[in-house]
Amino acid sequence: MSSSSSKELKRPLGFTGTIFRRALLESLTKLNPRLMVRNPVMFVVEAGSVITTALWFQALLGSGEAPAWFIGSVSGWLWLTVLFANFSEALAEGRGKAQADALRKARRDMPAKLLSEPKSRSPFTTVSSTILKKGDVFLAEAGDIVASDGEVLEGIASVDESAITGESAPVIRESGGDRSAVTGGTRVLSDWLIIRVTVEAGGGFLDRMIHMIEGAKRQKTPNEIALNILLSAFTIIFIGVCLSLLPFSLYSIEAAGQGSPVTVTVLIALLVCLIPTTIGGLLSAIGIAGMDRMIRHNVIATSGRAIEAAGDVDVLLLDKTGTITLGNRMATEFTPAPGISRERLADAAQLASLADETPEGRSIVILAKEKYGLRGRDVHDIHAHFVPFSAQTRMSGADIQPEGKNGSRIIRKGAADAIRMYVEETGGTFPGAIHQIVQEISRLGATPLVVVENQEVLGVIHLKDIVKGGIKARFAHLRKMGIKTVMITGDNKLTATAIAAEAGVDDFLAEAKPEDKLKLIREYQKGGRLVAMTGDGTNDAPALAQADVAVAMNTGTQSAREAANMVDLDSNPTKLLEIVEIGKQLLMTRGTLTTFSIANDVAKYFAIIPAAFTTTYPVLKILNVMNLASPESAILSAVIFNALIIVALIPLALKGVGYRAMSAAQLLRRHLLIYGVGGVIAPFIGIKLIDMLMGALKLV
Amino acid sequence: MTANGIIQIFLFLFVLLLAVKPLGSFMTRVFQREKTFLDPFLGPLERLIYRLSGVNPEEEMDWKQNALAMLLFNFLGLIVVYSLQRLQQFLPLNPQGVGGVSPDLSFNTAVSFASNTNWQAYGGETTMSYLTQMLALTVQNFLSAATGIALLILIIRGIARHSSKTLGNFWVDMTRCMLYVLLPLSMVLALFLVSQGVVQNFSPYATVSLLEPTKDTSGSIVTEQVIAMGPAASQIAIKQLGTNGGGFFNVNSAHPFENPTPLSNYFEMLAIVLIAAALCYTYGAMVKDTRQGWALIAAMLIMFIPAVFSMYFAEMNGNPKLPVSAINRQTSNTNPGGNMEGKEDRFGIANSALWTVATTSASNGSVNAMHDSYTPLGGLVALLMMHLGEVVFGGVGSGLYGMLVFVIVAVFVAGLLVGRTPEYLGHKIEAYEMKMASLLILIMPLTVLFFTALAVVTTAGKSAVLNSGPHGFSEILYAFTSQGNNNGSAFAGISVNNPFYNLAGGIAMLIGRYWLAVPTLALAGSLARKKFIPASEGTLPTHTPLFIFWLVAIVLIVGALNFLPALALGPVVEHLLMIQ
Repeated sequence: MSSSSSKELKRPLGFTGTIFRRALLESLTKLNPRLMVRNPVMFVVEAGSVITTALWFQALLGSGEAPAWFIGSVSGWLWLTVLFANFSEALAEGRGKAQADALRKARRDMPAKLLSEPKSRSPFTTVSSTILKKGDVFLAEAGDIVASDGEVLEGIASVDESAITGESAPVIRESGGDRSAVTGGTRVLSDWLIIRVTVEAGGGFLDRMIHMIEGAKRQKTPNEIALNILLSAFTIIFIGVCLSLLPFSLYSIEAAGQGSPVTVTVLIALLVCLIPTTIGGLLSAIGIAGMDRMIRHNVIATSGRAIEAAGDVDVLLLDKTGTITLGNRMATEFTPAPGISRERLADAAQLASLADETPEGRSIVILAKEKYGLRGRDVHDIHAHFVPFSAQTRMSGADIQPEGKNGSRIIRKGAADAIRMYVEETGGTFPGAIHQIVQEISRLGATPLVVVENQEVLGVIHLKDIVKGGIKARFAHLRKMGIKTVMITGDNKLTATAIAAEAGVDDFLAEAKPEDKLKLIREYQKGGRLVAMTGDGTNDAPALAQADVAVAMNTGTQSAREAANMVDLDSNPTKLLEIVEIGKQLLMTRGTLTTFSIANDVAKYFAIIPAAFTTTYPVLKILNVMNLASPESAILSAVIFNALIIVALIPLALKGVGYRAMSAAQLLRRHLLIYGVGGVIAPFIGIKLIDMLMGALKLV
Repeated sequence: MTANGIIQIFLFLFVLLLAVKPLGSFMTRVFQREKTFLDPFLGPLERLIYRLSGVNPEEEMDWKQNALAMLLFNFLGLIVVYSLQRLQQFLPLNPQGVGGVSPDLSFNTAVSFASNTNWQAYGGETTMSYLTQMLALTVQNFLSAATGIALLILIIRGIARHSSKTLGNFWVDMTRCMLYVLLPLSMVLALFLVSQGVVQNFSPYATVSLLEPTKDTSGSIVTEQVIAMGPAASQIAIKQLGTNGGGFFNVNSAHPFENPTPLSNYFEMLAIVLIAAALCYTYGAMVKDTRQGWALIAAMLIMFIPAVFSMYFAEMNGNPKLPVSAINRQTSNTNPGGNMEGKEDRFGIANSALWTVATTSASNGSVNAMHDSYTPLGGLVALLMMHLGEVVFGGVGSGLYGMLVFVIVAVFVAGLLVGRTPEYLGHKIEAYEMKMASLLILIMPLTVLFFTALAVVTTAGKSAVLNSGPHGFSEILYAFTSQGNNNGSAFAGISVNNPFYNLAGGIAMLIGRYWLAVPTLALAGSLARKKFIPASEGTLPTHTPLFIFWLVAIVLIVGALNFLPALALGPVVEHLLMIQ
């Protein structure tokens, strides 16, 4: 995870005492063999623990195959090995459960104002939200909690969605367009909405989220299944290896004429050390933690499969606006109408924008100041009344009534068609020259804002796209990872080329219509590529459904959210980059721990083989390269190391292997060095240290 | 080690590598049904075979149909070999009048030759008639080799193809392999061997007077010796080229009529690994990226060369327990030094060590020195080469497809390490592929360990062992390692012609061959069906030194690690006891 992205975490939810306590308890309940069998590696360890426990009791009764303290210690550490693995899984699940509990609070039964007919002033009856059916219509007024997922039919209101997004700033929901979806459990802060229910009870977004987070529906992902098969194969092989050692030992005793057969306890200890318990124990936790990392980035994935697929994505389709460029544009130039001086236009534009706190508005003030030396004037000095932007007029501006002077100035700025309507309504004319300028600017991909003062059109402000800072470096990273970035924009080719070059994307699709997106995705997929995209509008839904990784914005429409396999609660299109990283991290964590686990076997052989056969062939003690104190100490040290390494690696399993943008070959070299070579060396040191410690404490 | 010995080893490797590309590209043309210079002679014959057998060469089959064809064909071969042995006393070409072979030995031999193992629980000159040698054994030498190569070609097509249901036609690949590759090469080699003194006749055994009369075990004086004859050269050529390894005579390639001169030895050694090495190039060419083939050869050599030198070194050191007065272990111009026990004077230590590593790594199994007499570490190397799963060159065809399974496993784990669903040459490696690959990597160690364990705890198993101590253990381990891996070489020191070893070995050979072949075909069938995934920067290249190193590590871990305890109780203990 890059440091920049971890700063954006909305849900840093650490491990509270409750989570720890709950995990400890659950690691015991997870001992149920019917649950354990899902994880073949750890199931074998549990079976080994049971057998050694039985052997321990036998030894306590005085007829053991080895001293009771030895069998008891091995057995104890084997149980701990299983518990550590269970604990890691419970811990990973714990965070999700805590979040699910918080969400469930928002979902409890609530009253709904059921309308008899979908009209604003029709009478309503208050019913419980649980009986709402798909197609029902209800009213939500200021202070109400929205009873169900639905689509706004009428009204506009600000809604607090913090229960879901964790974001306290309210959002606007209104009928029609791309902001018509509301989520059950959110709260209406002002005004009112008439909402049609779009889901059956229990199938709402919040319910699905709770399901996902709780992992109730967690199924093994394809890659996890494949890895599980390989780990099972290793386990079966090592069971064969250990089983065959008993006959081998018996034969060797006959051949050497001395020694005692290898004990079942030692064979089980060897088996548990050899089978890949490190990855087997942590595999489940890694998967859950991957999903959890998504959630902490405020992304809800509908399946683990989607997260895994994210790591494989090789094409990113990115909408220009909001992802590559800042959603807001900046003023770059004033073009006056014929016969109007540039300064007059700049002056009017600045006045109209003085109180405009939007980034566009501020950029106009700054441009006027920098280019024409017009200093921002004090709002109070000029006795201006500011008219904010409204959805009805689609204009903003200022009415200036200078004291003691005649002639007020009514200045407005807005989109060309809005201004044209405004001018024509008040009996003015919209000059053809302006029309041409507007078209010219549009053609270049910039946005024109027309400025008008007292029905006289003064000119046009150019608003240009600004490419996000640092995005170019990010795309370069993606390229290194083999991921191609494609910018999708409604702009014409000319503008698209300019922005594409500036942002450093690999390719772009200009003048894109929603169906073009779908076509492009299909084309890439036909070529064997995995495609990821983000979308929010209803017209994005088909493309979202087609993409392999589809991230819908939470602000988006219901249909977009349903077509996607992930929902970004922050509605931040750049999040796609983090999603890819999390997907890769998930696979890498599995890969590194598998390599580490298998590499560990070398040292464990060197610890246990000489110990197991030294009574038959004393010469084998030369293989005791770690110079471990005694056979018992050697075997115990290996078992203890094997158990403790699981605990030591829980943080890595939950956090994921640090992600770095580098080519596949570089990554492989790095990880093989750390986890492969390191995995061979580490247990030699670890086992020796445990042996020395036990010797120092006179435990063996 | 002597400079002379080292030069000979490198000369061998050099010539081998020179031959890889020409033969590899020739085979590519053969299996892609392109024009070759042999078409004018063999084309009509090929078409005649298809017409007579009713095979439509244009018709392709999926993996199941191909697997069924292979199994039926091999089963038929097995029946023929079994019957010929049982009935040979009634059939012609039996000048020595040898009797019918026992049912368990016939079974073992039939499985052995059908599965390209060529383990021999019998002595050729005392057990088999000329007819059996030619019609049953030599024919199977060809067919089992062709089966292995045909299987490999089907599997290569699985990797080379995308979105395809079929893999090709087993019958066509078999036929072309026989006609264009095995027969011409065998003919050339057989003629060369005859020139060196290998016999090729139907004469009854010759009786000659001994130059120096000797005494037999009962103390009576022996003045005459029987010298075995037969159509040897025609079988020896394919025995080496097809990684079969079954000797015409009991002592195999140590026999002067099988391997008379250092020159015949050199070319027979080359023949052991020649086709297996060249097939790597064919693989690269057929998947349209020859670097992939060279990468596999490199991985194989990384394991092969150290093995040769370890064995050479161990044998040159000899046995320190022997008193200097009895054996001079010092090397000089007149004394080979080291451990010459069980080795032929005309080959010496370097060529014996090189042969042994070649024959154990290439699943050939023919021997020019007695492995039982090697030093413990020398024997350990021979065992280890087989424990790797016969993928260092390996059997013709089967070695490379075994290696490709390891490649899949290596790609899978490496893919996880770089954070991407693993892919190999444009195929995604998913759960089904891992299921098949897992089946393939676990079956060999389990088979070998199970039968070894069975033998060391049963009287039937133990009573056959002639040596005591850890060496006896090594002998049993070797017997099942050799059969479970379809190698066929013998450690000896163990009398294996009894019902227990014949049946257990026969089963181990069947599992070793067919249990591996069928899932590998299934794996190829699944790969062929997959959509093509183009490579990007995020794709792990599989031809780089890094990947080669990783592949070697996987082969060592998956292959050798499982046998560490067994090796510790056999050759390792023996070595430690020897140097004590």
